[in-house]
Amino acid sequence: MKTSNFDPLSVEIFNRQLKKVTVVVLVVFGLLVLRLWFLQVLNGSTYRVKSENNRIRLEDIPPFRGLLFDYKGGVLVDNRPSYDLYVIPEEVQDRKKLLQTLKDLVNLDPAKVKPKLENLAQASPFRPVCLKKDITRNELAVIETHRFNLSGIMIKVRPQRHYIWGNLASHLLGYLGEIDESQLKSGKYPYNKAGDLIGKSGVELEWQENLTGRRGGEQAEVDAAGRKIRVISKKPPLPGANVYLTIHKELQALAEKALSDKRGAVVALDPNNGKVLALASSPSFNPNLFIQGIDRETWNRIISSKGFPLQNRALSGQYPPGSIFKIVVALAGLEEGLVDPEEEVYCNGVFTLGRGVYHCWKKHGHGMVDLHRALVESCDVYFYKLGIKLGVDKIARYAKRFGLSKPTGFDAGQEKGGFMPTSRWKLKKFGVPWQPGETVSVSIGQSFVLVTPIQMATFISALYNGGTLYKPQVTHYVEKAPGQKAQKFVPRPTGKWDLNPRNMALVKKALVGVVNEPHGTGWRARLKGITVAGKTGTAQVIALEREEDFENEADVPFSMRDHAWFIAVAPADRPRIAVAVVVEHGGHGGKAAAPIAREVVEAYLSKDRPSRPGEKT
Amino acid sequence: MFDRRLIQNFDWILLLVLLLIAGVSIMNLYSATYAIRDVGGGRVFLKHIYWFLIGFGVFFLMTTFNYHALERLAYPAYFLSLALLALVFVTGKAASGSQRWLAVGSLSFQPSELAKLALLMVLAKFFSDRGGYQESRLRDLWQPFILIGIPCALILKEPDLGTAILLIFVSLSLILFVRVHWKSLLILALSAISLAPFIWFNLKEYQRMRVLAFLRPDMDPLGSGYHINQSKIAIGSGLFWGKGLLKGTQTRLHFLPEQHTDFAFSVLAEEWGFIGSGFLLLAYLFLILWGLNIAKNSKDKFGSMIAIGIVALIFWQVTINVGMVTGLLPVVGIPLPLFSYGGSSLVTTMAALGILMNISMRRFMFQ
Repeated sequence: MKTSNFDPLSVEIFNRQLKKVTVVVLVVFGLLVLRLWFLQVLNGSTYRVKSENNRIRLEDIPPFRGLLFDYKGGVLVDNRPSYDLYVIPEEVQDRKKLLQTLKDLVNLDPAKVKPKLENLAQASPFRPVCLKKDITRNELAVIETHRFNLSGIMIKVRPQRHYIWGNLASHLLGYLGEIDESQLKSGKYPYNKAGDLIGKSGVELEWQENLTGRRGGEQAEVDAAGRKIRVISKKPPLPGANVYLTIHKELQALAEKALSDKRGAVVALDPNNGKVLALASSPSFNPNLFIQGIDRETWNRIISSKGFPLQNRALSGQYPPGSIFKIVVALAGLEEGLVDPEEEVYCNGVFTLGRGVYHCWKKHGHGMVDLHRALVESCDVYFYKLGIKLGVDKIARYAKRFGLSKPTGFDAGQEKGGFMPTSRWKLKKFGVPWQPGETVSVSIGQSFVLVTPIQMATFISALYNGGTLYKPQVTHYVEKAPGQKAQKFVPRPTGKWDLNPRNMALVKKALVGVVNEPHGTGWRARLKGITVAGKTGTAQVIALEREEDFENEADVPFSMRDHAWFIAVAPADRPRIAVAVVVEHGGHGGKAAAPIAREVVEAYLSKDRPSRPGEKT
Repeated sequence: MFDRRLIQNFDWILLLVLLLIAGVSIMNLYSATYAIRDVGGGRVFLKHIYWFLIGFGVFFLMTTFNYHALERLAYPAYFLSLALLALVFVTGKAASGSQRWLAVGSLSFQPSELAKLALLMVLAKFFSDRGGYQESRLRDLWQPFILIGIPCALILKEPDLGTAILLIFVSLSLILFVRVHWKSLLILALSAISLAPFIWFNLKEYQRMRVLAFLRPDMDPLGSGYHINQSKIAIGSGLFWGKGLLKGTQTRLHFLPEQHTDFAFSVLAEEWGFIGSGFLLLAYLFLILWGLNIAKNSKDKFGSMIAIGIVALIFWQVTINVGMVTGLLPVVGIPLPLFSYGGSSLVTTMAALGILMNISMRRFMFQ
C-alpha cells in the first residue's frame, strides 16, 4: 500500500515545496529570456554586423606574372594553373575511408597525410588542409568524377610559375622564392605581402617590379570553409609585363649541351652593343623545383652538391686567365712602346730571372718569335720578358683600362669583379714587397690574376669593336607595366680603350693567326668559310714542375688539371659574335674549350639573319 | 485497461504543447539540415521525423498501463541500464573520441538516456517508500548517493561529462525537493567545493578547454570558443523578428557548428528572432509548470516523485542547453529535448512525457 498524499501535513509541505520550485523555475527562465533580450534586442545590431562579416570575405586574386621570352619571341617562362587538393576535416564523415579512396584514385599515401591531418583537424576543423599540391589533370578529372564519394574535398587553383625548358638558362632566368620578412619591411615591395613569391635571382629578380603586376580582389559570399557561394564585386588583377630577352634559345641550348658533363661557363655577346646571345653555366639546376617550396632534403642536396649548381659561373666564376691574358700584356707593351713588333725574341723553353727558373709550355722552346708568332703559338718566354719590362703595376693599369678587375655591369645577376694584383696591394695585404718573379707569372695570366667569363667576353668584344667596352645586357624589351614605363635595349658603353688603332690591328691579326695559321694553338676553333679569331688559355690550378710529369693529360687527377679557356670573335673582319668559354679542370684550352667556342660560333653564324623580337622565323 | 475515465481525463493540454514543440522542432531541423543537405542533411531530417513517429508511439505506449507498474520495474530497469552502460565499453561504437553508443543494426542508441529514466524511477521509489517529507540527513541519503553514483561514474568514463552533470543536477533537485536538513546541505556543498580542484584535474584536456573557452571565448577561437562565438552571433543577429525560414546565414553558410544537434536552438533564434526563441522558451516553461501541476494533482507519492523528476529532467536540459548556446554556460554537449536531433534523447523524452501523461490521466484514480 503506497503512502498517499492525503495527510494534510504532507500536502502542505508538498505545496510549499512546489511553490519554491515554481519560483526557481520562473526566475531561471526569466534569466534566459533576459539573456535572449540582451543578445537579440540590445546587442542585436552588433551581432547582425558580425554575421554579415562572417559571410562576406575579401578574397585576394593574385596577378598573372609576366612571361619571359627569348630574342625570337619563344616563350621561356610562363605560368600554368596548379590544382591543389584540400580537405575540410569537419566535413569528413569517415576519415579512414576518405584517405583510402584517395589512395586508390590519386595514389595519395595516407601515411604521409594522416598525422598532419589529425593535428590540424584537432586545432581548427573548419580550415581546409592541403593534402596534395599540383595534382595532374588526370587526377583532377578522377577526383571530380568521384566527388559524391569524397565529402569535404575541395580543389583550389592557383597560378604557378613554369620554367618550360627546365634547366635551360636557369641561372640567367633565375627562380622565385617566398618574400622574406626583411624584404617586406624594407618598403621596396609595397605591392607584395607575406606568402608572395618574388624573383630571387637572375632576370626574375632584376625585373621583379615589372613582372609582378598588381593584385586584384573580390568580395564574395563564402561559407565557413571559405568556399565561394557567389561573387558580390570584383576588381580584376593587372598582369605583369612581359620581358623579352636578347638570348637565342637554340644557341643557349647548344652552349649548355656542350658543357653538359663539365663544369664551366660560356658567354656569347654581340660585340657591337653588348647584347647577350647566350649565357650558360654548368652544372645547372631546374628552377621548377623551387616553385613548390622545395623540401629541405632536396635543397640540402642541391646546396651541398659538389659543383655548386646554383653558382652562375659565367658571372661569378673567378679563374686565372692563363694565356688569354697575354693579349693584355701585348697591348700594354705596344702602347708603352716597349715592343717592336718586328723584334724577335729567342725562346728555348727556359727563362731565368735571378735565381728563378721559368719554363715555357713548349719544352724545347719556340725558337725565334716576334709578337705575332708569340701570340699565335702562345710562347710563354716572350711574355715573361715583356712582362718584366712592363712591371706589374703598368700591366695592372692597362688591365683595368681594358675593363678587368671590376664587374662589367651585367644587367641581370650578381657579378664578381675578378682581380688584378699591384705592388701596392701586395705590400698592404702581405706586408712584403712585390717580387719581379711574380710579374713573370702575371704576364702569362697566373699568380693572383682572376677574371670572369663575362669580363673576357666583353674584353674581346672591345678589342674587335674599336675599343669600346659595352655593358653586357640580356634585356631586349620590357613591356609597359602598371606604374612602370616600357624599357628598350640601348647599348651602354662603360669605357673606352683609347688605344692606337695600329696596335690593336696588330694584335687582332695575331689572333686570327691563332686559329687559322699553322701551329696556332686555337686550330680546333677553325671554321670553313668563316674567319674566327681567338686565344687559348690554360690556367694552372697548381704549379706543376713540368707538364711532362704526367705521361698524358688523362693521368692528371681531375682536380689538379688546369682550367681551359678560349675566347673568340667571328667573323674577324666584321664581328657579329664574341664568345668566352671556360672549362674547369678541362686541361688545355685549345683542346677542351676551343671546340665549344667553335660550335657556338658556327651555330650562330650559320643561321639566318637574326630577326626582331616577336617575329617568328 | 481502457477505462472510459482515462479517455475523459486525457490530458489534451499536455499533448497540445508536445505537438506544438514537435512541430517547431521539425520545421527548425528542416532548416538546420537544409544547409548540409548535400552531405546527408536530407537523410538526417527524415530520420528526425521517423524518430518523432517512434517517439509518439512510445509516448502512447507509456500511457496504456498503470504507472505503478513502474515501481515494480524500477530496479530491474536500473540494473539493465547499468549493464548497458557497462556494455558500451565493451562493444560500443566510438565517435568523436568517446564511446557512448550501442549499435543495434543500423540504429544506435545511448544507454545513458535510458539510465536517466531508470535512475529517476529508483529514486522516486526510494523517496516514496520512505514516506513523509521530513528533512533528510546525509546519513539517510547514502542509498540514493550510491544509486546516483554508479551510473554517473560509468557515464563519466565514456566520457560524457554533460550527461553526468545533468544526472547529478536532476537527482539533487529531487533530493532537495523532499528536503534536506540545512546542516547536511552545508556539508554537501562544502564537500562539493573541496572536490572541485580534484575534479578539475581529472577532466580531460578538451573538457578543460571548454570551461576556459567559456570564461574567455577569444582564447579558443577555432575550438569551442568558436562554437560559442558563432552561436551568439547566430542568436543575436536574429534581432526581434528573425531572418526568416531558411534565411539564417550563420546556418546556411556553415558558420554554426552542430547546428542540428546541440545548437539547434541557435538556428531557431537566428531565423525567428526574439519572438520565435522567446516563444519556444515559453512553451517549455509551460510544459514544466504543467508538469508541476500534474505532480500536484497526482494522488500518490510515487506519481508525484516521478513527475517532479521528469520535470527536473526537462528543466535542467533546457536550462543547460539554452544557457550554453547563449554563452552563459560552458559547452557541455546537452541536447535540447525534443528539439535537437538525436534518436535516443528524443525517444527517452517522449517516454518521460508519456509517463507524465500517464500520471495525469490517472489523477482521479485511487490505487
